[in-house]
Amino acid sequence: MSDALKELGELLELKRKDCVLGWDVTHDELNVDVAPSNLVAFVEFLKTDSNCQFSSLVDITAVDYPGRAKRFDVVYHLLSMYQNHRIRLRVSVREEDMVPSIIEVHPSANWFEREIFDMFGILFSGHPDLRRILTDYGFRGHPLRKDFPTTGYTEVRYDEVQKRVVYEPVKLVQEYRQFDFMSPWEGAEYILPGDDKAEAKG
Amino acid sequence: MMDGTKGFEDATTGEQKIRNFNINFGPQHPAAHGVLRLVLELDGEIVERCDPHIGLLHRGTEKLMESRTYLQNLPYFDRLDYVAPMNQEHAWCLAIEKLTGVEVPRRASLIRVLYSEIGRVLNHLLNVTTQAMDVGALTPPLWGFEEREKLMIFYERACGARLHAAYFRPGGVHQDLPDALLNDIEAWAKEFPKVIDDIDGLLTENRIFKQRNVDIGVVSEEEIQQWGFSGVMVRGSGLAWDLRRAQPYECYDEFEFQIPVGKNGDCYDRYLCRMEEMRQSTSIILQAIEKLRAPEGQGDVLARGKITPPKRSDMKQSMEALIHHFKLYTEGFHVPEGEVYAAVEAPKGEFGVYLVADGSNKPYRAKLRAPGYLHLQAMDHICKGHQLADVSAIIGTMDVVFGEIDR
Repeated sequence: MSDALKELGELLELKRKDCVLGWDVTHDELNVDVAPSNLVAFVEFLKTDSNCQFSSLVDITAVDYPGRAKRFDVVYHLLSMYQNHRIRLRVSVREEDMVPSIIEVHPSANWFEREIFDMFGILFSGHPDLRRILTDYGFRGHPLRKDFPTTGYTEVRYDEVQKRVVYEPVKLVQEYRQFDFMSPWEGAEYILPGDDKAEAKG
Repeated sequence: MMDGTKGFEDATTGEQKIRNFNINFGPQHPAAHGVLRLVLELDGEIVERCDPHIGLLHRGTEKLMESRTYLQNLPYFDRLDYVAPMNQEHAWCLAIEKLTGVEVPRRASLIRVLYSEIGRVLNHLLNVTTQAMDVGALTPPLWGFEEREKLMIFYERACGARLHAAYFRPGGVHQDLPDALLNDIEAWAKEFPKVIDDIDGLLTENRIFKQRNVDIGVVSEEEIQQWGFSGVMVRGSGLAWDLRRAQPYECYDEFEFQIPVGKNGDCYDRYLCRMEEMRQSTSIILQAIEKLRAPEGQGDVLARGKITPPKRSDMKQSMEALIHHFKLYTEGFHVPEGEVYAAVEAPKGEFGVYLVADGSNKPYRAKLRAPGYLHLQAMDHICKGHQLADVSAIIGTMDVVFGEIDR
């Protein structure tokens, strides 16, 4: 399985040298890094090329890495039912960058791109109907960004006096519970009480 | 003022001008299978445009998962497609096992297959019978739910919960099955084909049912690719695509089963596929029980190691085991850095998990790929030109559940 994917990766690099920034096979999955400007042409190539036939779009999603200059990774999963293989494309973009929409090649990208816009605030150029999809009508913010709090900013309740649902800022009666169970020997980022004294002595 | 002082008004007045009609289908419509709001533009009774508004059941599962440990995230999967909960857990376990490289013991693998197929029957029973209700038959759901009840009791006897099982765990399944339960599942599986035949007798040659389903919502091979369909939506149109066969996971490659395919790709063929799949699943269930009883099918149900709890008896004896247990249920296990996509053939189609791990005890990002999301997306495409009454038939056979679509 993984040999066939390696062959495919080499083939892609050979045929579309301009598009493929890098590729690897890990966990029996083929990953290809693509530049945003070449994305649509490359997806089209993957769909039509007889060795690839990635005619079915499985998923589009994004991952937020706030520390990076190119903050978001937009990740495409494609499947070929005829050749029975899968591929993953990764496109790194800055926060203010637009990603070209692949709706012309795969109409099924429509809702996926809407969802990414909704959740991450990434804009897709050429998308005919870039509305929010999963969040509430009139929602503000992009929930899956790492800097968006899990509690959100607003809460709703039914107001008996006004006889309608009202939106209010979130009021927590106690702090949101994020327990830290990381062992102090690996992974914990704070200094244990007492450790600071040891530091000062030594 | 009917005395004619306003003059004669013919069909061109503003009042009588023929215009398209916009209606809201749902969010509280019983045939919407949950909280779906469809904005339909109608020309007479013909649907011209269909705009699904989803997200009314959005709970932010993916966001919540980022702040919980891998094990704490497992129960969220029951709440996605709540019609066949264990199949979703399966995808999550497979993703974690792929990253950590854990081998599942054979007995656990067989139990997973057994319960995945029970899940498939659970799902198809609900779908086939409620779709029949959407097109006007009231008896099938009553008969179908009787069987579902029995299957849920099997769920309960395995894990203690009828619906939100949390039974599949990374590295195996939570607990072993008692022999009596296997006997009862076997007895049920031997009786069940008769029940399918009964439902079959109610629906398959029923004139009204056929009038409502034949040639409705036809999906071609090209449309399957364009809209990214999976599961029965693909097989109903004649493509024998099933992940259990095409990209075998767990131990499906040692089971014998047929993949039913339709010919015309309409609602009726999809119904027939689901009926046949239930028969095939019943046969897989019987095979799995056979294998579970064989000597090779005995043994532990968890791959004992870092990601699974130690045995109860070890905890009484060994301090290390006790510490391991405590750390596992507080800190949780760490998953090595990397990204994987694991997919299972859920009853509704390909359910996938894209997991990005950063080496800590919590997933950095988890994306849940629900089959129903893509199916519902194609509503506008498929419904265009159909009668309003066909919309509910099409939603029914697309097999949408909002737990997984809205996440």
